[in-house]
Order: sequence, then C-alpha cells, then structure tokens
Amino acid sequence: MEAVISIAIGVMAGAGVWLLLRPRSFQVLIGLSLLSYAVNLFIFSVGSLSVDAEPIVRPGLPADLAHYSDPMPQSLVLTAIVIGFATTALFLVVLLALRGLSGGDHVDGQEEQP
Amino acid sequence: MTALAQHAVVAPVLLPLASAALMLLMGEGRRGWKALLNLVSTAAGLALAVALLLRVQAEGPAAFSAPGSGVYLPGNWPVPYGIVLVADRLSALMAVLTGCAGLAAVLYSLARWQHAGVYFHALFQLQLMGLYGAFLTGDLFNLFVFFEVLLAASYGLLLHGGGLPRVRAGLHYIAINLVASLLFLIGVAVLYGVTGTLNMADIAAKLPLVPASDRGLLHAGAALLGIAFLAKAALWPLNFWLPPAYAAASAPAAAVFAVLTKVGVYAVLRLWTLCFPAGAGPSAGFGGSVLVWGGLATLAFGAIGMLASQRLARLAGYSVIASSGTLIAAIGFDDPQLTGGALYYLASSTLAGCALFLLVELLERAREVEHEPAAIDDGRPALPDFGDADPPAGTNLDDDEVALTGRAIPAALAFLGLAFMLCAMLVAGLPPLTGFVAKLAMLMALLDLRSPAAWTLFALLIASGLLSAMALMRVGIRHFWSPQDRPPPRLRVAETLPIAALLMASLALVIQAEPALSYTRATAEALHQPARYIDAVMAARPVARAAAREAAR
Repeated sequence: MEAVISIAIGVMAGAGVWLLLRPRSFQVLIGLSLLSYAVNLFIFSVGSLSVDAEPIVRPGLPADLAHYSDPMPQSLVLTAIVIGFATTALFLVVLLALRGLSGGDHVDGQEEQP
Repeated sequence: MTALAQHAVVAPVLLPLASAALMLLMGEGRRGWKALLNLVSTAAGLALAVALLLRVQAEGPAAFSAPGSGVYLPGNWPVPYGIVLVADRLSALMAVLTGCAGLAAVLYSLARWQHAGVYFHALFQLQLMGLYGAFLTGDLFNLFVFFEVLLAASYGLLLHGGGLPRVRAGLHYIAINLVASLLFLIGVAVLYGVTGTLNMADIAAKLPLVPASDRGLLHAGAALLGIAFLAKAALWPLNFWLPPAYAAASAPAAAVFAVLTKVGVYAVLRLWTLCFPAGAGPSAGFGGSVLVWGGLATLAFGAIGMLASQRLARLAGYSVIASSGTLIAAIGFDDPQLTGGALYYLASSTLAGCALFLLVELLERAREVEHEPAAIDDGRPALPDFGDADPPAGTNLDDDEVALTGRAIPAALAFLGLAFMLCAMLVAGLPPLTGFVAKLAMLMALLDLRSPAAWTLFALLIASGLLSAMALMRVGIRHFWSPQDRPPPRLRVAETLPIAALLMASLALVIQAEPALSYTRATAEALHQPARYIDAVMAARPVARAAAREAAR
C-alpha cells in the first residue's frame, strides 16, 4: 500500500509542479490544486498507514499505534483541506479579475514579446 | 480581576476576531461606525499588547516562574495534546510592533483609503488577528492556521482599491504564498511524523532523542519549514514577489505588510533557537550558515535594489528586503549579543518601514500635483476617485461647508520634507536615530565574533547604509529640491498624524535606547536558553474544574 500511495503522491506532485510553471493562469490554478492534493495525501500518510485499525479507544485493546490509527494527521488533513479549498477559491476570483482586466489568461497580464 | 488577567494572553487574538465578526454583521453600509470600531479595536489591541509587554518585563528574568503566567491553554487540555498560547518577551515585543503599525495604518486609512472598498475594516481586523495569533501561539499547526488567516486577509488588503497593477501583483503574491503554505504543511507533517507532537516546546524537547536513522528526515522537514518561513521573510532568491506586490498595495495595506515579512523572521528566530541550539547534539546549529549567507545575499540584493529603483514605492519595498536580510543574517550567528542588537533593529526597521510606506503615497501625490495640478483625483487606476468632491455623510463641516478633514495643512511641504529626512535617516542608519543605535549594537557584537562571515556582515552593514543613504538622498533631491514653484500639496491631518506618531515612537525608542536595548538583550538571552521556554510550557497545567468555578464567582 505504501508503494501505491507514494506513487500517487509523486505523480500528483510532479504534475502539479509542471502545471505551476506554465504561463496560463488556469493551469497554475490546477497545478496548485494537484499539489495540495499531494500534500494532503502526504500528511495523511505520515500517521503510519494502516488498514482496518480502530480510530477510537476500545476497551480491551492495548492503546498503542499498532492497534489504532493515528487520529492526529486525519484532523490535520481536514483542516488543511478546508483552508486549501478556501484559498484556491480566492485565487480563482483573482484569476477571473485578472482575465477581465487584461483580456488574456497569461499570468503576467500580457503575452511575452517574442 | 485575576480571572481576567489570566486571559490576557488570548485577548489580542479574540478582540480583532470579535470586531471583524461584528463588522461583517453590520453589512455593507455604516462606514462611520465601522471606522470607529476599527480604530477603537486596534487601539485596544495595542493597549493589550503593551500591557502584555509590561507584565512580561515586570516578571524579570524569572518570567514564567509563576504557574500559568504567560502560558495559556485555550481549550484547557493538558500541554502536549492541546493548543497552547505563549507570551514571552519576543512575542510581546512583536505584538506591540503589530499594534503600532496597525494603529498608524488605520488612522491613515480614515482619510481616504477606507472609502475604496466595502470590507476594508473587517479585512484589516482579521489581518491583525492573524498577526497577533502567529506571534502568540506555541503550537506548530496553530501557527500554520494563523499564517493562513493573516495571508488570506493580506490577499484581500493587497487588492484593496482594485486596478490592473494590484490584481496582477496579487495573483503572483497569492500563488507564491500558496506554494509556501504547501511547503509549510509538508514540513509540519514530517516533523510530526518524526517527533509525534506539534507543540513547539515538546518538539524541541524530543529532538535530541530522535534516532540517527530519522535524523535525515528531520533535517529535511526542518529545511522545508525553513523555506516556507524564509519565502515569507523575503530571503534571496525567494523575494522577487515582494517589490511589485508592496509597491502595488494601497498605502495603509503596505504599512501593515511591513510587519508581514517580520512574521517570517519571527518564526525562523523562534523555531531555530528553540530546536537547534548549541546543545542540541548532532543537530546543533543546523542550517545556520544558510541563514547567515542567505541573509547576506538578501542584504546586498536589497541595497542594490534600493539604488536601482526609480519609483519610491519600489525603493521602500527593497528597504524591507534589506532589513529582512540584516535580521536573518544576524540571527544565523546564534550569538545572544548580536541577536539582542538585531531585535532592537527589528523594532526600529518595522516602525521606519511602516512610516516610509505611508509617506510614499503622500510624496507621490505631491508629485502628481506638480505634473497635473488640476486633476489630482481624476479616477486613474493608481488613485481611484473617492476624494474631496463628495465628503462622506457625517463628516464635520466648517462654516464654509468644507470638510474639516479635507483641509490642507499650511506647512505641508515642510512636514513632508522633515518626515522624509527622518525616515531616510532611520532606514539608512544615520546617527542619531534608532537605525544607527541598532547598527552600532550589531557592529559591536560582530567585532567579538571574528569569523569571515562576521566580517562580511560588518562590511555589508556599513556599505548597505551608504547605498541606501545615496538612494534616499537622490529621491529627496528629486522630490524636494529640483522642482521649482509648484503648488503646495494638500495633506489631511489624519494622514500626517500617523506618520508623525511613528516617527515620534522612533524618537522615543532612541531616547529610551538603554532600557529598550536591555529589554531586547534580555529577550535574546532568553531565546538562547530554550530550556526555560520548554520547561515553562511543559509545566503548564489545565485549570481544575472546581478552581475555574471558584474564579468565575
């Protein structure tokens, strides 16, 4: 499972970075979203991946990470998703404003001179 | 009373949050009430910060010794699990600087800029909330949340007033900061994975126990976190976003942004001294040389940028970069004497930068009077039309039905000249003002270090002072000497007051240089003994339910 998650994070981060470096503002937005998905998965994975582990203490089960999944990264991811969603929406608004003001979708507001 | 004093640590965060919420409930109208609320709340925030500073100072070297003083548990959870707020000397100093800059910016905005957008006051309060929170929190993830609060508010403030230059600079600014936030998150996640905790004091306490096999991962996480902070603090080469963004921002927003770069510097100073002190075993001083040489490069870049910039607003942006570089390089030496001087420089450069950003707009307006006397507010994108023609309802009017707040003060040009001269002396570090005292304190500490990097910083501090003096003198000549018989600029009292107050604060800081320097030196001493901070935070205990009920009675 570690390999699958790692590959997923790597592919999304790679695609995100490539899109981030593009000159079109919408591509930058998608790149930022992909990067934030990669980061969210990464945070999720630092709490040691486990399948079918208890999230809440159950009587009789020894209280250690071998028997439980770590709830902390999950709550961090939840916060990070909410904040990332809000700031991405804000970026989208600025993107549309720039498009309206400059009439193009270049991140600098004007096309590069050849 | 004791029950209230207990909550003094969280008050600077809650107050702006409550004001902002109230302003949003008020809807889009009621500008006068919102302006009043903003002013009162910001002034109260400054008063709370000063009270916090006085309390921390009164406790002397034994700060934190009394149980519960300075350390606050917002959720009343035991320490490594719940969020913790910590007010030590450094936090209190930063909070007071935030309050000063905030109050000056609000006063300035009352003259014109508050009319350029509906949600200015609410955004401004949220900005202050994020700043106070970032300076007071003792939890790494909570620091991320407050970073996002202050960044989200700063996106709004940067766009305040609208226009293509602001939107274009805003897009770059938001993209850079979103990426930095993602790096911040990766760093936090790695540190959590290695140490199993998010409490800064607990992380610092656990670092020496990290096994050698995890040390590489730990260093990678710390370096990622450092990159996020240094991008915020405008370290070269992560600072190309700063001059266009700060030059595009409206004057009151730019004045508050002068504190924003200091948030990055604060975070580096706090976490680096806490986690990697000289006694941290194999990780001692990790990344110190990066801070020193990166800071030196930033200082040189900022000084050359000041000399190269044609517009005054860009020059002010580069001066912020130069002061950031000075601070980061000085922090990197890990020397209490030098850090003490650097903290005094931090206070001096924040006040000076804030005043300079406010002054820039007045100077540019004075030049516009010279070029196009009849059309000051002609609705051009740089300065939208919200000016004299139509004073907002409720403004005090004098006998001739002219708004009292719009009256030109007679000595406008004299004020501009004097204020600019003082600002230039502060930024360039000329005697006898605070810039000079701060640089002297740092130079004296550098003489004792005797390493190549120390000599480089020594030389660069002097050279950058010379370069910025030349750049500012050139601007002064262009603005004040070369133009002949131009009409005097119209300044409003509300615009001159905050600049005068900031410069007065700088003068007070130089008259009271001895107590101020001893305060910053004591701060540096405390920072370089992280065990005190760690013990204080770990010793905090939740309030027992019975005791809480007793206190409430």
